Amino acid sequence: MSAISATAVQQQGVSLQGVSKWYGNVVAVNDITMSLGPGVTGLLGPNGAGKTTVLHMMAGFLAPSRGEVLVGGAPAWRNPSVYSGLGLVSEREAVHGFLTGWEFVLASAKLHRLADPAAAARRAIDLVEMAEAQHRRLDTYSKGMRQRIRVATALVHYPSVLLLDEPFNGMDPRQRMHMMDLLHEMGAQGRTVLFSSHILEEVEQVSGTVQVIVAGRLAASGDYRTIRRLMTHRPHVFTIRSSDDRGLAVALMRESSVAGVELDATGGLTVRAGDYGTFTRALPKVALSERIRVQRLLPTDESLESVFSYLVGAS
Amino acid sequence: MTAGLFNMTIARITARALFGRRRFLLLLPLPALLVGLAVLADSLGARPADWVDPVIVGLGLGVVLPVVALVVGTGVLGSEMDDGTLAHILAKPLPRREIIFSKLVVAVLVTAVTVGVPLYAVGVLAGSSRLGVGLVVGATLGSVAYSALFVALSLLTRRPVLLGLIYVLVWEGLLTNLLTSTRVLSIQQYVLAVADRVAKSDLLTGNVSLAVSLAMAFIFAAGATLLAIDRLRSFSVVGETS
Repeated sequence: MSAISATAVQQQGVSLQGVSKWYGNVVAVNDITMSLGPGVTGLLGPNGAGKTTVLHMMAGFLAPSRGEVLVGGAPAWRNPSVYSGLGLVSEREAVHGFLTGWEFVLASAKLHRLADPAAAARRAIDLVEMAEAQHRRLDTYSKGMRQRIRVATALVHYPSVLLLDEPFNGMDPRQRMHMMDLLHEMGAQGRTVLFSSHILEEVEQVSGTVQVIVAGRLAASGDYRTIRRLMTHRPHVFTIRSSDDRGLAVALMRESSVAGVELDATGGLTVRAGDYGTFTRALPKVALSERIRVQRLLPTDESLESVFSYLVGAS
Repeated sequence: MTAGLFNMTIARITARALFGRRRFLLLLPLPALLVGLAVLADSLGARPADWVDPVIVGLGLGVVLPVVALVVGTGVLGSEMDDGTLAHILAKPLPRREIIFSKLVVAVLVTAVTVGVPLYAVGVLAGSSRLGVGLVVGATLGSVAYSALFVALSLLTRRPVLLGLIYVLVWEGLLTNLLTSTRVLSIQQYVLAVADRVAKSDLLTGNVSLAVSLAMAFIFAAGATLLAIDRLRSFSVVGETS
């Protein structure tokens, strides 16, 4: 068991070298290499892509089948000393329901052997704004409150690496905003913060860097804006039914946002548009000026999976 | 790492979780049955020599002690594994031996008290306080060995209660009565031997020597504890979908 200092964790962050994880014949994570430094990073991917598996390997809760997972330069697996510089908020929200919020955070502080556990617990509870409810039992908490108190236990020792699995799930907009501010602050202090999400907008608001995982593979990685551009500039496909499909097709071809129009054999149109916003704003105007009634407009590939698989192809 | 072995925070949370579960209430009827049967036998005027063997040895040491140890031993760690709360304790820079040891201490204490008190009572009823003390000492030794075994089982298998019951009922209860050679691998026999030696009563008859009993109980307890520590180091979070 190698003891590592908090500064080592801060300097070296988290690194994955050719990491795979399989269960029997099922490959959950496929040859991922990434390194995370100070700041907030979003781990983005559709459900089932392997985000939780990656986080659990980083947190030492799963052994990689192949490759190396290092936290602060030391392997995370079978090495409890990494937890002195690492905090984890898992997606599974099980807590000891009979404890009060205060007891829960204080117990964490004590288990971390902090010099002044009570002060650390108070600070962590204030940080997540749970002071008011801290003396209530955890099983009386709402989902969002439970989430915040779990964040407090993960923060109580001021870890240099903070891992959060879907931290915004079950939070109302105000709590969400507050959590985002908190993560920003942690990142600005030079801590390595990694949170997973399957919702693009969450990542957009919190982090500059993104790691996109699709089907166990690292599909894209880097600056959020670059990836966002890839995502918005991908073609969008719509199907339209109208009172005059052929007339609408002609009119739409004049629009710069439209890349192609096809008349469907069964009636209706399939339109490929370069930009979502411009096209959806242009369509009503075109229809109005041509006196064509649009009966139905359906985006066909707006599932996250299709967005992500587009990214895989583009990267 | 300068850590000791026993962690009060873990022990306290473990004890509160244990007593807070409805499952714990399952433990109360068995000791009550033990005392009730002894009182009944005594009040009907039966001679202790006639009821000590079926009630104290057969029910008390053969069923109540191991079953209580099983419920408690699989509860201190197993229930936290089942509901996922164990992750909070694992995500701390604590040597795994400290977690196992602290939980083991709780399991041993709870089992020894839950079983020791009624055993002492029926021992006094049957003969003397000396017999009662002998049974308590035996039950305490049994609590250590059984608890270690059942804590380890909860890390080795997903069905610790079932396997534990098979060990208690089939191995100790059935096989050791049919095949006397397997007695040397039965915690129940160590308990009986120790209780017999301390009580110095004709009412109890040990089948295994005291030295073998103490040595084997130690091997059971130490081996199971080391195994549990090692399994906990490699504890994997399972059952996730994404």
